Amino acid sequence: MLKTILQGLRRPVTENLPASDDAELAALAAELDRAAQRRLGRSLSIREVDAGSCNGCELEIHALNNAFYDLERFGLRFVASPRHADVLMVTGPVTQHMRQALERTWHATPDPKWVVAVGDCAAGTGVFAGSPACVGAVVNVVPVDLVIRGCPPTPMQLLQGLLTLLSAR
Amino acid sequence: MSVVDVAKWQEATRQLAAGACSLSGLWGEPGRVHMVVLDEASPAIALHSLDCPDNSFPSVGALHPPAIRLERAARDLFGLQPLGLPDTRPWLAHGANPTAYPFLPVEGDGLHQIPVGPVHAGIIEPGHFRFTADGETIVRLEQRLGYVHKGIEQLMHGASIAQAARLAGRTSGDSTVAYAFAFASAVEAAFGIVAPPRAVWLRGVMAELERIANHLGDFGAICNDASFSIMLAHCGMLRELVLRCAAACFGHRLMMDCIVPGGVATDLSNHGMSLIRSLVSEVRSRLAPLVELYDATASLQDRTVGTGILSAELARRFGAGGYVGRASGRSFDARRSIGYAPYQQLRFEVPVRHDGDVNARIWIRIKEIEQSLSMIPQMLDRLPAGNIRAEWDAPGGGGEALALIEAFRGDVLVWLRIDPDGHIDRCHLRDASWFQWPLLEVAIEGNIVADFPLCNKSFNCSYSGHDL
Repeated sequence: MLKTILQGLRRPVTENLPASDDAELAALAAELDRAAQRRLGRSLSIREVDAGSCNGCELEIHALNNAFYDLERFGLRFVASPRHADVLMVTGPVTQHMRQALERTWHATPDPKWVVAVGDCAAGTGVFAGSPACVGAVVNVVPVDLVIRGCPPTPMQLLQGLLTLLSAR
Repeated sequence: MSVVDVAKWQEATRQLAAGACSLSGLWGEPGRVHMVVLDEASPAIALHSLDCPDNSFPSVGALHPPAIRLERAARDLFGLQPLGLPDTRPWLAHGANPTAYPFLPVEGDGLHQIPVGPVHAGIIEPGHFRFTADGETIVRLEQRLGYVHKGIEQLMHGASIAQAARLAGRTSGDSTVAYAFAFASAVEAAFGIVAPPRAVWLRGVMAELERIANHLGDFGAICNDASFSIMLAHCGMLRELVLRCAAACFGHRLMMDCIVPGGVATDLSNHGMSLIRSLVSEVRSRLAPLVELYDATASLQDRTVGTGILSAELARRFGAGGYVGRASGRSFDARRSIGYAPYQQLRFEVPVRHDGDVNARIWIRIKEIEQSLSMIPQMLDRLPAGNIRAEWDAPGGGGEALALIEAFRGDVLVWLRIDPDGHIDRCHLRDASWFQWPLLEVAIEGNIVADFPLCNKSFNCSYSGHDL
């Protein structure tokens, strides 16, 4: 185990990004950092709510935590309760069965708060649009500040979206 | 495939209850109920369809418990009454007041209940777990699912083949390749289309990349639930490499919509082939020390060995697929047991264990990653040149077909019927999770509450694939 730990200490993977992403991510990192500090101090806490997603969006949101994207270095982190959150990140076509849970989660989040609708379903344009079992776009249930499209959006698109939110507020 | 009478339906039910075969699916449509029975010894798959002129049918679940949730779902979605089913509660339909659900009563001194969900603490799908605990020990877990019910079967009704393929690929996003593979296979069987050989081999490559990515993610996440986060960090990196490779080769990180009826949507370039070959050798060399680390860390093994044991008897009775079944002695793997293309032409082993605990489910995943890593070069070596997509028109008269494809978490069953003008009349997609979720309720009994995340992640059932 010691060998595996030392290996990580010697050569952090976050600095060892693939060449194609390097410049883009570095620029993003710097800008996100400044914007986050200006608007919200040192950190921004995100609560993820799956409101009926196929779980594709969750896989990519999870990827934001891996060593390549390492979301926490920007001061952005996922929290376990809406009561600790500044941002609700909502995925899925809001099923009828998740409507109440989403509303309650929104009410449990203290102000000021922002809602990011993630993925085509949450935007109201996904493959489940029009289903009687779904309410449709997240904006039909709670106010939305930003929409990040994609099926699912890539981790890079998610990072860029969060930056947009920070710059716009 | 056959339309059966009530006597034949009940005979099939008795066979299931006697353990002569296992239930592979049960679903409804207006005025009719279907059941798929798998005889693992032959192996043979039989579809029994029963007309229900008065919207009722003899319950299978009354004699064979694995059918209970499926019958409750058929009742909710199509109003078909399973006669004799003891559980009269809804399952996928929550009604106007979702919090008013009668959980089964639990009685005893000093018991307390812990309600969890539908919004969980982690970035996971929604569902409700009602624990009853005696101190730290769980004496009963009852699940309540259906929160992500999207009405997929209703959306399928009348959809074009292309729309339906996209829907099928979003039944459970983590298994999008397997669902697209199964849906395409069913359409091809219904219409008598033959996918070009190159497409068949590329499907195999995509399916194994998906399996590797998911098993890597699970390996890291299970260890992380035992607070061994270094494994998640390393496995997360490896998973990311697989997804980036998939994006570079096929244009989508999860390979959504890359398999289509008639073939595949994107060809693999020579550059892509070399990317996949180097990915395989990189994952192989970087995984080995992680497996060694897992095997050599006593504090981690202390959490996984002997935790969440699923008996072989229950795995067999429920026809549990994937790592859940194979960690508890059930060797069924559709790639081997059914042997669809391209797998009949590949050399691979199906790992099976008999200890049935979290540790066994981790090891099955590790062994399956190793098998997939050996299959991919075999497929690339033999990848034939040629078309990747057969041109086809929907023949008049429609058609009906079944397909069974092995996803990373177990076999996915797709049944569809196409109407004479070439649209989907009905399509049912059955995730492996249907037969795994109920077993998690059993496997957790007698374990401590703190071990639930570990057990749950080792099952990693799909909510979306189950809730439809």
